[in-house]
Amino acid sequence: MDNKFDAIVVGAGHNGLVCAALLAKADKRVLVLEANDQVGGAAITREFAEGYSVSACAHLLYQLQPEVRKDLKISTRLASEDMTTIALADDGNHLRLTTDSVSGVSDEDAEQYRRFRKRMTRFSDLLRKYLNKPPPRLGTKDFKDLVTLGQLGLDLRMLGKEEMQEFLRLIGMNIHDEVTERFESSLLKGAISLDAVLGTHLGPRSPNTIMTYLYRLAGDHGRSGVPAGGMGSVSNELAAAARGAGVTIRTAMPVKRIVIENGRATGVETESGERFESFTVVSNADPKRTVMELVGAQHVETGFTRRIHHLRAKGNAAKLHLALDGLPTIAGLSKKDYAERIVIAPDEHYVERAFNPAKYGESSPDPVIEMTFPSFRDETLAPTGKHVMSAVVQYAPYSLKGGWSATAKAEFEAAVVRTIERYAPDIAERITASELLTPADIEREFHITGGHWHHAELTLDQFLFVRPVSSAAQYSMPVDGLFLCGAGTHPGGGVSGAAGRNAARTILNGEKAA
Amino acid sequence: MKTYDAIVVGAGHNGLTNAAFLAKAGLDVVCVEKNDYIGGAAVSRNLYEDWWYSNCSYVCSLLRPEIYRSLELHKHGLQVTPYGGSVQFMENGDYYGSYHDHEAAYREMARFSRHDADAYKRYSADTMRQCRFIRDFLLSTAPDPTSFRPKDLLELARIGGKFMEMGEDRMYDTIRFWTMSVAEYLDGYFETDVIKTAMSGSGIIGTALGIHSPGTAYVLLHHYMGDVDNNVGSWGFARGGMGAVSNAIAGALQAAGGEIRTDAGVEKIIVKNGKTSGVALENGDEIHAKVVVSAMDVKRTYLKCMDKSDLPEKFHHRIENFKIRGSSGKVNIALDGMPTFPALPEGSSLYHSDMHFIDSMERMERAYDDWKDGRWSEDPYIDMVIPTLNDPTMAPPGKHFMSCFVQYCPHKIEGRDWTSAEKDAFGQTVINQIANYSPDFKDLILHAEIRTPEDIEAEIGITEGNIFHGELTMDQLLFNRPIPGYAQYRGPVAGLYMCGSSTHPGGGVMAAPGANAAREILSDLKRPNTVPQSFGDD
Amino acid sequence: MNTQAPVHQGRLKSPFYSRIEPLDFLNEWHEWKGYSSADSLYCADLEYFAIRNATAVFDLTPMTKYRISGPDALDYLNRLVTRDMAKVKPGRVAYAVWCDDQGQVIDDGTIFHLREGEYRLCSQERHFAWLQASALGFDVSITHETEDVAALAVQGPTSFSTLSNMGLEGLGELKPFGLTHFDFQGTELMVSRTGFTGDLGYELWIDPDKAEALWDALFAAGELYGIRAIGTHALELSRIEAGFLAAYMEFLPADETVRTGRSRSPLELGLNWLVDFKKPNFNGRRALAEERRNGSAWQLVKLDIEGNKPAHNSYIFAKEKGNKSEIGFVTSAAWSPICKQNVALGTVRAPHGKPGDTVWVEIYYQREMHWNRQMAKASVVDKPFWFPPRRGATPPGPY
Repeated sequence: MDNKFDAIVVGAGHNGLVCAALLAKADKRVLVLEANDQVGGAAITREFAEGYSVSACAHLLYQLQPEVRKDLKISTRLASEDMTTIALADDGNHLRLTTDSVSGVSDEDAEQYRRFRKRMTRFSDLLRKYLNKPPPRLGTKDFKDLVTLGQLGLDLRMLGKEEMQEFLRLIGMNIHDEVTERFESSLLKGAISLDAVLGTHLGPRSPNTIMTYLYRLAGDHGRSGVPAGGMGSVSNELAAAARGAGVTIRTAMPVKRIVIENGRATGVETESGERFESFTVVSNADPKRTVMELVGAQHVETGFTRRIHHLRAKGNAAKLHLALDGLPTIAGLSKKDYAERIVIAPDEHYVERAFNPAKYGESSPDPVIEMTFPSFRDETLAPTGKHVMSAVVQYAPYSLKGGWSATAKAEFEAAVVRTIERYAPDIAERITASELLTPADIEREFHITGGHWHHAELTLDQFLFVRPVSSAAQYSMPVDGLFLCGAGTHPGGGVSGAAGRNAARTILNGEKAA
Repeated sequence: MKTYDAIVVGAGHNGLTNAAFLAKAGLDVVCVEKNDYIGGAAVSRNLYEDWWYSNCSYVCSLLRPEIYRSLELHKHGLQVTPYGGSVQFMENGDYYGSYHDHEAAYREMARFSRHDADAYKRYSADTMRQCRFIRDFLLSTAPDPTSFRPKDLLELARIGGKFMEMGEDRMYDTIRFWTMSVAEYLDGYFETDVIKTAMSGSGIIGTALGIHSPGTAYVLLHHYMGDVDNNVGSWGFARGGMGAVSNAIAGALQAAGGEIRTDAGVEKIIVKNGKTSGVALENGDEIHAKVVVSAMDVKRTYLKCMDKSDLPEKFHHRIENFKIRGSSGKVNIALDGMPTFPALPEGSSLYHSDMHFIDSMERMERAYDDWKDGRWSEDPYIDMVIPTLNDPTMAPPGKHFMSCFVQYCPHKIEGRDWTSAEKDAFGQTVINQIANYSPDFKDLILHAEIRTPEDIEAEIGITEGNIFHGELTMDQLLFNRPIPGYAQYRGPVAGLYMCGSSTHPGGGVMAAPGANAAREILSDLKRPNTVPQSFGDD
Repeated sequence: MNTQAPVHQGRLKSPFYSRIEPLDFLNEWHEWKGYSSADSLYCADLEYFAIRNATAVFDLTPMTKYRISGPDALDYLNRLVTRDMAKVKPGRVAYAVWCDDQGQVIDDGTIFHLREGEYRLCSQERHFAWLQASALGFDVSITHETEDVAALAVQGPTSFSTLSNMGLEGLGELKPFGLTHFDFQGTELMVSRTGFTGDLGYELWIDPDKAEALWDALFAAGELYGIRAIGTHALELSRIEAGFLAAYMEFLPADETVRTGRSRSPLELGLNWLVDFKKPNFNGRRALAEERRNGSAWQLVKLDIEGNKPAHNSYIFAKEKGNKSEIGFVTSAAWSPICKQNVALGTVRAPHGKPGDTVWVEIYYQREMHWNRQMAKASVVDKPFWFPPRRGATPPGPY
């Protein structure tokens, strides 16, 4: 009975792997089917130019949940850890931000930053607790949901009157107002704004950007690292854990459809025509792709497809990879600084102005940039003496007016290089090869509809019990035996594993109840 | 100097309402006003020959019917006449009209998209559901979620109960509604740009947000939840201009024995031993009372009219960070005759409607981008009405008064004061946009009053000239309005209350903050309540 | 000036207006989806008897109509409505309801399987937005064709004779809920054996350009058979006698309800026979399956009420005395002239309302300015009040 499984996971992204491994640890016979040749989804390392490799999408690890590490005994070796964020200044007086301190600013700003981070850390810890639980359903009499809701209320009150007030005030606010109220330094305001908007279709003035900032901190308090061997190492480690627990992983096996019979999932059919049977099918694909392509509208209902249709899931973050024949020269940086996280966001208005064109389907002429030189600490990624730059660059809207033609890509890449040149005048001459992945490319290569790194925009109206949409927010879909486990579900994207872990627990709990 | 039971600072509609309810409870009340006229931002001003300008607020819908009835405003001269419809003029020479008649409105929408015409029913029902949810709380004090007092817990339970009553799916819809942008909300129903544009205006009027900013769907309600004669969402003109509203409330106040003093700007609110004892006027007089109620916005109240040393430091800091942003301007125009709009068919009922000269969501959002950069919108969203088409009292026969509300217009130009040239240029921007659709418009202009947020602040006193006395964002709504912990009309100083639009439920000529504050004050004074309860709606 | 005329501001006139207007002695009209529709033309009571005794003609043009076609048309409709559309062959018509995801009725209507894979959906309300949203993921085309099709209901015991006399040969073979096509002066005339009166009757569908000619031919053919144009009042009375549901009377379209609990499921409306749990997935399936397991909140009832005072807007009680026993309300009521029965449709809280149950109806009626109140006993019946054998007879008799 080779083709019968207790559970089939569609997609070997990091969440799919976490989910599969946890199901297997509960003695399930689990099959993972991955369309690409490599496991990891958007968390992979791949060669983009001869001899040069890079983390293709996600490149920093800062959210992998301790619960996931513990459950699966993951101990990723990091090439860089507890990275400092260096916010580049025109005059070379760069800021250096750590989780609780900042240098290069006035004493007042430094003190404010310390307090700001303290509060944000406290709130993100509260948030983190709920990231690792399936969101409760509202209006049900289910005991578990009532407990979770009651606990949420209690946790808020436990913050103390003043902090609770502050939490309720801040959660819907924008980062712009918060940073302008607190700080003097434009560079500091810019760097914090960048963290709040990276990966979203939001500018610092958009309400909700405090929430996205908290989300970023809700892993390791914002400490980021670069895995040795790139992000693919994490996926490989997860895959190894899964295999160790007995999971069968088959790559280069794109799934054509999830088979639904009499209102319940019974298996999957691959593009090559193979059928695998299981009464539990878990999709690590994004919600739109899962519903509209893998399941098919006829198996769900109109209100549901309408909500899925209106799910906002258009990415703005592009990845630029440069193969360099040497490290670029950035005035004011010491040699070891190249191991850190370097950002270009000179002030909060700059970030907002970078966002403006994205609203109209245009890319930013002056983009915001988060860059790393992973080869600096990791020789496996580039030939000796050569280097790789990996950068998240924004904003590059998925629905670019006129589409992402070769010209449009070249234009945006030039804008990014031009922006970096302001700080690293020799960058252009050091480039020997480059790769720009726009959201359209990410959609095509990683099968994420809209190429959004969270699979669906991370805003309050698509968060918690309304993520991705109501009636699918607790990982179970309105089709019996069908589940979601990807970034489109609670709590969202980033290499955190929380969605995959929550989904696995939901599936196992459901079985226990039944 | 005489001692009163209560002094209300500011004779805007909320101050007057508050004073009227206090007077009705038998308190000896005086309402002091810095200008030589009453009404604050609800005024009719005679600024040019025989024209009367509603030169700030210009339409009436939100005024709570409970208050109207309780203060018997009809006896004091108020008459609100409904008007209907709106039009968006389009760059391609076409227009999109919205008609009072349901079927005509349907046909017009279907001219652009039958899908949208049919989707409107669902949109209406869903939006009305949110209106019903919030309307019930307009005339009540927001509960403090951090409090354990029975009163707060009961009110929280009531809100929770109403929320639960919606059923699971609609609870999720409600959460989404409260957090999403008006553009995304409309995307959930409509596909036609100009139709969405027409509906999105209400999400940004008076706010420093763009149609794509999360939270603006809620603002929609502030323009949708009013009613005229139980027709929810409908709009009306006060006969004689918006001053008629203030005058009628003032009439009710005086009939109840209250006093009004104009030309009596408050210099300081006097605080002794953590308690207020009255106000010091700019002319040096002092008036004494154990209760002082400020109808001014909270920034003006606490930062301008009080000593920092009289306030707790954290409170002061939070008030400093309370967001009141000037984002709207006004251009009021006296016209020698009715301008023509060639895009409209002759005799179209749309001549009597709200007019707008912007036809795409992109233009709406770009208008906001200009504001973010500290400039007025080059291509603004204008809400233009000509009340004299319905109201014969505001201009000589055949002549007209035109009110143009303009979004966006900053309080300062790139951080500095406006120059008079810039002010003129702002006015010209507005006039030109209208003239693009009305060739004879410019020749008919007899007089124009251009008002930037800076002007409105200077004249009326509202910080940054913000029509809502504070942004209507989640962090400043309900129990967060104006600031957490002080959302129940009381500040940190004993005897000093707030009753302006900075308090729950916020701005618009609603009069609910004034009434709610009166109820709290009377409760503190152990006096019988004179403030009416919500009519409710089952 | 804009040369484009503004959208029509007043009521629309149906293509039959020129024929109805001269017959309309009472000049009483109401609005129906933007059209003027006659309340009654000369006397509602007599118009009613044209339905039950001769041939009555009613202008159906304002009825909302959509054309649904394309490779996935059947799959699409089967996901849309609760009954199994695979069983509705070309040339057949199906009464159907469609629900939202919560299993609450959005509307009811008739679906005409015109030709293989091509359908017309007719309903009281407009649903283009819902139909389009339902089309996500289906290869199907939906067009609105209300204005493109003129329609008449031709109802009553002599309707078959009238239409035969007009030259529609072979009409006798047409069974209830069948449809067929004829040539009418070079244009296709569709005739379906359908109607809203519960009697023998047909509905005629034609290009609006031929509407007047069709009317003229019909009235010429029907002269000997007592043909009469009728208005809505008469139709409404026959509708209640037949026990048919009407939107905004027996239910509200679910997507338009504001308050929770004001919509109804097909099970609550007594339409269990229309809900096919054996067919593939359809909108509302999960919710309805759950409702079937856990029980419904409401039950639609047909009431046979004692006495002769119509129970308009009445409360329904479980007991004669004590107003705490209120269990529901009447939604449509009439004195039935043909059954000589006091009839009503209503909705009561389940498990009340089983056939054979006795309930009490509170009736208010006025006699010369004075209002009287009466508690009338009523029994719940399960069959339509009026269901004559001729309604189903094929071929139909001549009168």
